[in-house]
Amino acid sequence: MYAQLVETGVKRLKTLEEMSPEERAFQEKIDAEIKIEAKNWMPDAYRQTLIRQISQHAHSEIVGMLPEGNWVTRAPSLKRKLQLMAKIQDEAGHGLYLYSAMETLGADRDEEIAKLHSGKAKYSSIFNYPTLTWADMGAVGWLVDGAAIVNQVVLQRTSYGPYSRAMIRICKEESFHQRQGYELLLTMMRHGTQAQKDMVQDAINRLWWPSLMMFGPSDEHSPNSAQSMAWKIKRQTNDELRQRFIDQTVPQLELLGCTAPDPALKWNEERGHYDFGEIQWDEFYEVIKGNGPCNQERLAKRRNAIEGGAWVREAAVAYARKQQNKNAA
Amino acid sequence: MHKQALIPYLLLLGDSALIQGQRLCEWCGKAPALEEELALMNVGLDLVGQARNWLEYATELLDDGRDADALAFRRDERAFRNLLLVEQPNGDFAVTMLKQFLYDAWHHAVLEGLAASADERIAGIAAKGLKEVSYHLRRSGEWVQRLGDGTEESRRRMLDAIPVLWRFTVELTAANDHEVQLAQAGIAADPAHVARRWQATVSALFASVELPLPKAASHFYLDGRQGLHTEHLGLLLAEMQFLPRAYPDATW
Repeated sequence: MYAQLVETGVKRLKTLEEMSPEERAFQEKIDAEIKIEAKNWMPDAYRQTLIRQISQHAHSEIVGMLPEGNWVTRAPSLKRKLQLMAKIQDEAGHGLYLYSAMETLGADRDEEIAKLHSGKAKYSSIFNYPTLTWADMGAVGWLVDGAAIVNQVVLQRTSYGPYSRAMIRICKEESFHQRQGYELLLTMMRHGTQAQKDMVQDAINRLWWPSLMMFGPSDEHSPNSAQSMAWKIKRQTNDELRQRFIDQTVPQLELLGCTAPDPALKWNEERGHYDFGEIQWDEFYEVIKGNGPCNQERLAKRRNAIEGGAWVREAAVAYARKQQNKNAA
Repeated sequence: MHKQALIPYLLLLGDSALIQGQRLCEWCGKAPALEEELALMNVGLDLVGQARNWLEYATELLDDGRDADALAFRRDERAFRNLLLVEQPNGDFAVTMLKQFLYDAWHHAVLEGLAASADERIAGIAAKGLKEVSYHLRRSGEWVQRLGDGTEESRRRMLDAIPVLWRFTVELTAANDHEVQLAQAGIAADPAHVARRWQATVSALFASVELPLPKAASHFYLDGRQGLHTEHLGLLLAEMQFLPRAYPDATW
């Protein structure tokens, strides 16, 4: 799960000559691959971009629990139920790591969550698609987590230390769940009935393109990428990562005995990569703007949880205060 | 032959853990804080794992070709042996946490007894489960305290939750003849001991935050041990069992 379309607020990259001494020292550190830590000086736009990106990433973990939570009560075996519960639990944990990393930048998690709930902050577009069958649990694990891992593996080398370290921990757990998702599909394809095989292909048909959209807009439409790359927040472009994902995923698709809903998908000997069809960018921008199939449901559920649970959190605070007073007395 | 008497007892343990775990799954995405999303799923995961252990042992004794999944996903509500308490709806966070606490206090006392069972298989499963349930009990007890002695509203909600759940606690301090016999054979946890431990745990925690302890619940028509459930279980199973029922020949 990760962040797409992060504003840097920077229109044009400054040259080293245009930078203040502080900015120049910072950029030289970045260029020397020295990690930036919480107490180091950093340009305000770097700080704000990271807050936006890490919070978007954290929100994605949390909203991403919902499409899977949709099936956790209906998982078809004890083993699958346990796997899905463990995965959802890890996602909540990843959200916590990421909010902590974000807070090292001086942001406040409650404020950032309020931005999510008001629609001001974004989360990964993928979680606005509904999970309609059990096979979607496998397809989400394999494709969606797969896409997230391709992004996150690179982010392990991101320039901000706390974010990079969160990514290292998260990638370990995420890879495990991704393999489980794939194994779930493989079981249905190899040992399942025709109805189950159809279910798998249908899930892939619905989730294939949305998974490719997880890498964000194409490079020519990514105005914020140049600055993020110069700061080494991003280490590779959207299109590079998308291509890597497709190249590694198509053989897995073939091993399943399934197809992609893309007639243009074809190995290109000359490039040494798969060619693929044009993404429906209108759909991508609509979903990001809030007009996808589940945007309203997802946000409503998160808002209800936090607003509806306010009395619980207030009780915890009140109780803690009383205990403190008792101990002081 | 206590093996036959053992099956309903294993189902009582396994089904109760499974249904409690299923109720916790329903909280996914709805918890009052992120930490609670994590904790509720964590506890649920422990319980479904324990359920699988008990149900697997039950299938070996049943020896009728059914596996643990068949027991979980293909039995009707009249064949489920879970405590009535755990099938109750989640309600608000106060109901959920009080339900968890009342169950954990029982569960902990039972597993303590079972960890010393003459049946090695049972002793092994219980010893492993006991570590998990010690955590569950500490956590749910702390929430009952926080809510019971937090704000006015949280206390009101906790007070409201007590009568919603209390009548089902009769099953936590009662046992049937089979269980008594199994206990005498050193296999099941001693029901009298479990009842005393449960009452002591609950009354001490209620007293710590001045929650009124109702008088002991009395027996009524329903009885989870006999598969006489509330109307809530059928709906819960319809959701939980939908896929294996709809695709009986499928491999998941």
